[in-house]
Amino acid sequence: MPGCRHPPRERDVSVADVAESEGAESEGAAGADVVIVGASVGGLTVAQALRRRGFRGSLALIGDERELPYDRPPLSKEVLSGQWPPARTRLRERPELDGLDLDLRLGQPAVALDAARRRITLRDGEALRYGRLVVATGAHARRLPGQAELAGVHTLRTLDDSARLRDDLRTARRTVVVGAGVLGCEIAATVRGLGRPVTLLEPAPHPMERLLGPTIGAELARLHTEHGVRMLTSTPVAGLVGADGRVTGVRTASGEVVPGDVVVVAVGARPATDWLAGSGLTVDDGLVCDDRCRAADGVYGVGDVARFGASGAAERGVRLENRTNATEQAMFVAADILGAVARYRPVPYFWSDQYRVRIQVYGTVPARSSIRIVEGTLDSRRFVAHAETAGRLVGVIGWNSPGRLRTARGLLHEAVGPEPAAPLSGQA
Amino acid sequence: MNSPNEPGTLRISTEEDRCVAAGHCVVAAPEVFDQREDDGVVVLLDPRPPAGVRAAVEEAALLCPAAAIRLVSGT
Repeated sequence: MPGCRHPPRERDVSVADVAESEGAESEGAAGADVVIVGASVGGLTVAQALRRRGFRGSLALIGDERELPYDRPPLSKEVLSGQWPPARTRLRERPELDGLDLDLRLGQPAVALDAARRRITLRDGEALRYGRLVVATGAHARRLPGQAELAGVHTLRTLDDSARLRDDLRTARRTVVVGAGVLGCEIAATVRGLGRPVTLLEPAPHPMERLLGPTIGAELARLHTEHGVRMLTSTPVAGLVGADGRVTGVRTASGEVVPGDVVVVAVGARPATDWLAGSGLTVDDGLVCDDRCRAADGVYGVGDVARFGASGAAERGVRLENRTNATEQAMFVAADILGAVARYRPVPYFWSDQYRVRIQVYGTVPARSSIRIVEGTLDSRRFVAHAETAGRLVGVIGWNSPGRLRTARGLLHEAVGPEPAAPLSGQA
Repeated sequence: MNSPNEPGTLRISTEEDRCVAAGHCVVAAPEVFDQREDDGVVVLLDPRPPAGVRAAVEEAALLCPAAAIRLVSGT
C-alpha cells in the first residue's frame, strides 16, 4: 500500500530462544522457528513474505489436503465449468515451493495444540515444537442435517469437492443451490453456463443482500433470472428430501418441495478451530486475536479462521472470509513476526464473477446504508455505487467497472481515518 | 525515485487470463503495472524493471488475489 513502506526491523526468532525463555526442553523434539498450520493461500503467503523479508530461520508448513497449495476462488467458476484443469489453481509450482526452504507436510492435519508448551501434534502422532505459530486453518463448509446420508448433495470448498460436483453436474437433470451468497450465486451461474437448469434458494429477499444491500441485490436477482435461473428469494430451507439414499429435493420452510437430483449446499462456513480445543486459546466463532492478529504470546491467526481486533468483552473483533484478507493478513503477520509493530486495519475487499459480470466491493454495505450511484446507471450494467451510513462513505461497489474502482480503497481510507501503518512492503 | 536504475535481474510475467482486475498491483507498484480501462485487466508496463522497485513488485505479486504475477528470476 502506498505511503507505508517501512522496512521492518529484523529480529531473530528461534526455537532455542523460546526454549530458554520458557524453560522447555529443546532436545529430541522436532520443530521449526515458525510453524504455519494451514497450507492454503494464507499460510503459504506467510511463508513467502517471511522469506522475502530475509527470514532465514526454519519454517514448517502443515496442510491437511494432499494437493500442493492451491487457490479456491476458481473452484466455483473456471474449475467447475471445466475451463481450467485442476492443476491451474496451484498457487506455486514445486520448484518455487522448494525455493522457500520449507518443511512442507501435506495430507497431515494438526490435531492438537498445547500453547503453554509451544507444541502441536499432527494426526500421525508426531509433535512439533515452534518458536512462533501461525494458525491459518481456514474454514469448513456448513452442512444441512442428513446431508452425509444422501448421494447427490454437495458442498464446495476443496478441489475434490469441485471435481465431485462437476461429475454429478454432467448428468444432473435439476440442480438446486441452497444459499445465494457469493459461492451459491457463482455456482448457479456456472451451472447455467453448462446449460443445465438450476434453482437458487435464499432466505433473504435478495441474493448477496448482506454484501450488496437490497438495491444492487435486486439487480443481481434480475441478472440471474435473465440467465434462466429460477430464483426463489425469501425462501428459507427446512431440510433435504431423499429416496433410496439419493437426494430428490429440498423442502422449504413453507412445506413446498423443490425437486432436484443434485443439491449444492452453500450456506456459509465455520472456522476450522476444532483442533484448538484444550489448547488454552480463546475460540469464539474463530480464533480470537488482538489488533496485531495475536491469539497468545507467539501465536497468530491468519485468514478465514481468525477473529481479529478483539479486545475484552466490549470488542468481539471481526472475521473476514475473503481471499484478499487472507493475503493481506498473512503479510501483516509475517512483518509482525519480524518485529514490525502496527495494528491490522484492512479495508475489506472481495470480488465475484457471475456470467460476464464482475462485481467488486471495497469496505462494507451495512443493512441500513443508503446507496448512491456515482458513475454509470443500473440499466447500463456498468456502474459504481457508494454506500453511506450517516453521510459517511462505508463501501464502494463496482459493477463491471474495475478501472474506475481503483481509487475506492483510497477514498475509504480517507473516510475511515489515516492509512494504518501496516508494513506490507519491505526489503528482501 | 532515487533507486538504482540499471535493468537488473528482476523479470516479471503476468497471466492476463488469470487476472481478476483487483488493481492491487497498480496500487503497490504503479511504475510497473497498469490496468486496461475497459475491463481492468493488468498491463505490464515494464517486464524488466530496475532493481529499485523490487520490494514493490514483490508486494504486488504477493497481494495479487489471482496469483497472476510471477517473478521469473532475480533471487
